[in-house]
Amino acid sequence: MASRKPVRWHIAVFLAPAVLVYTALMIVPLFGTLNLSLFNEAGDVRVFVGLANFATLFGDPRWSEQFWNALGNNAWFFLIHMLVQNPVGIALAAILSTPRLRMAAFYRTAIFIPTILSFVIVGFVWKLILSPIWGIAPGMLDFIGLESLFAPWLGREEYALTTLALISVWQFIGIPMMLIYAALLSIPDEVLEAAEMDGITGWSQFWKIKLPLILPAIGIISILTFVGNFNAFDLIYVAQGALAGPDFSTDILGTFLYRTFFGFQLQLGDPYMGSAIAGAMFGIILLGVCVYLFGIQTRLRRYQF
Amino acid sequence: MTKTFRFALLASTLLGGVASAQDVTLTIESWRNDDLTIWQDTIIPAFEAQNPGIKVVFAPTAPAEYNAALNSKLDAGSAGDLITCRPFDASLALYEAGQLADLSGLAAMANFSPVAKSAWQTDDGAATFCVPMASVIHGFIYNKDAFDALGIAVPTTNEEFYAALDKIKADGTYIPMAMGTNDQWEAATMGYNNIGPNFWKGEEGRLALIKGEQKLTDPQWVAPFTELAKWKDYLGDGFEAQTYPDSQNLFTLGRAAIYPAGSWEISGFNTQATFKMGAFPPPVAAAGDTCYISDHTDIAIGMNAKSPNAEQAKVFLEWVGSPEFATLYANALPGFFSLNSTPVEMADPLAQEFVSWRGKCQSTIRSTYQILSRGTPNLENETWNASANVIKGTETPEDAAKRLQEGLASWYDPQK
Repeated sequence: MASRKPVRWHIAVFLAPAVLVYTALMIVPLFGTLNLSLFNEAGDVRVFVGLANFATLFGDPRWSEQFWNALGNNAWFFLIHMLVQNPVGIALAAILSTPRLRMAAFYRTAIFIPTILSFVIVGFVWKLILSPIWGIAPGMLDFIGLESLFAPWLGREEYALTTLALISVWQFIGIPMMLIYAALLSIPDEVLEAAEMDGITGWSQFWKIKLPLILPAIGIISILTFVGNFNAFDLIYVAQGALAGPDFSTDILGTFLYRTFFGFQLQLGDPYMGSAIAGAMFGIILLGVCVYLFGIQTRLRRYQF
Repeated sequence: MTKTFRFALLASTLLGGVASAQDVTLTIESWRNDDLTIWQDTIIPAFEAQNPGIKVVFAPTAPAEYNAALNSKLDAGSAGDLITCRPFDASLALYEAGQLADLSGLAAMANFSPVAKSAWQTDDGAATFCVPMASVIHGFIYNKDAFDALGIAVPTTNEEFYAALDKIKADGTYIPMAMGTNDQWEAATMGYNNIGPNFWKGEEGRLALIKGEQKLTDPQWVAPFTELAKWKDYLGDGFEAQTYPDSQNLFTLGRAAIYPAGSWEISGFNTQATFKMGAFPPPVAAAGDTCYISDHTDIAIGMNAKSPNAEQAKVFLEWVGSPEFATLYANALPGFFSLNSTPVEMADPLAQEFVSWRGKCQSTIRSTYQILSRGTPNLENETWNASANVIKGTETPEDAAKRLQEGLASWYDPQK
């Protein structure tokens, strides 16, 4: 007769603080928001409307136009990060990890510092730098004889979003750099020495040996970028305001949600439609993460050293 | 924090030592924390001197928190006796919820014109629930030194206005007009709603729009956009990315000649600018035409319906409606003009200039504020966007007007 296993209370006790805090601050509000999105106000009472808010969001051209515009802008914002932030971050990490580089610690710190700055500071400083009136950007371009290239980038529909995306890249490039740098450092010397014995050095060593070994780290960075970008709000709000000008060309899901939920100027807040937008954002991010987890991460090959 | 602050204020009045047992203390809720010293040093002492037995405490909250803080205090029954009223829907909602008292019966209400009261009335105008305090007037502030140097006379008609702008532009010393489209609201508030009343004939057009008799696509509503589209050539380089503080600084540093303004700029400009300034109302089509100005109702004061000191609060409100209060307030805060029908003597020359337009022009308020911004899409916010687009030239005046009309008609029955 098997003796009953003692109840392992310590597991519950140790998990409790994290579970409680996470539930109170994340799980409950998340389901509260999703729940709220199924209601609306009729007169002064809250009534259950099922998916009617979502039907309005996707069916009413006034809402859907704004939603798709915001989603499209968000996708572009993400694309710029994937095309610029991550490759440049990897390149910087690769350069930093070359043993011959002097003052590596200085570069590492200098490139990482913007990441710890507040969005408010970054937004404000870049607005000043790029200001056509007081900014130093026109002067600097003039110095190298390219003043004709200057435009009030943040004020033009065609450039504003890309400019903001690049500002965000500037701020956060330290994150992929550090993660990849750590991944590169964790590659054992034996592997690299063996490669050298086989005559694989320099760039081909990077492409053939190091890159495959850091692919899982790149995957993690991509998914972090994805989640971060689709939740982004602060930089746009600080630089362009809640109306995400010029002409909504920098409107992303976060600013769209803010305007709807909390209201703006004479527009009163609409928590029900706001929750519907939040629900849609949650769905999009969940979908993206699932595609990554099941479609990509399971296929990444891992190496054990 | 507000509570401690209020206790501190209460304590300081008690320490004053004049409080007797019969004294009633009235507390004013307000978002104007900038005005705390003016209330404490100027306005309240003047009232208390005339009304022994009533003490008044001014207890402001931060502007951004005011609406939320006030609503929760009213719900909890801990709000002050007197409530500073935001214009239109925010205060109307409080009245409809039974939290603001009906003040239509106050004798002092006779001192205010229907336009002055419109921001704090029910939609049918039957009940008025706040005593109007001040409005802000739109127009153009100009650099007098620049005008003198270039030999430009103050423009009164549209033609003269553009001739002046052309002359400033040709000379090249000054940017003709200081405005940007980055923050969008200036284009609508200091652009569209500044020059617009001359085209839609002030109240006549505004009320016709609310009744559904006129549409935003009618010529008189498109015309202001057509004018704004011409402004583009007179704004500074890179105006697309120019912010509101940028424009203020360009003007006060003397780099721009004309600033499309609201009168609230007066005190700031007086301290910043080193040159002489003047102001002119929005130019009219032909000399001698009736002029219309945006004299926008901004701040008023009402009574908490559940106040235990209603009688004394009414005494205070009657006083707020008096010419004496109007003089005190308007002089303490140049640029916030009394809404009282009795003319107020003001010391500040720029403020005098602004307020003198009330005598020769018809007053109206911003067209988008009453009723028309209750739905989605929000007409005021859409007007910001449309005005900025029109100035930049990315949307034609006709398209912008059409878009606004479609948005309004989508939820506002009289416009369907």
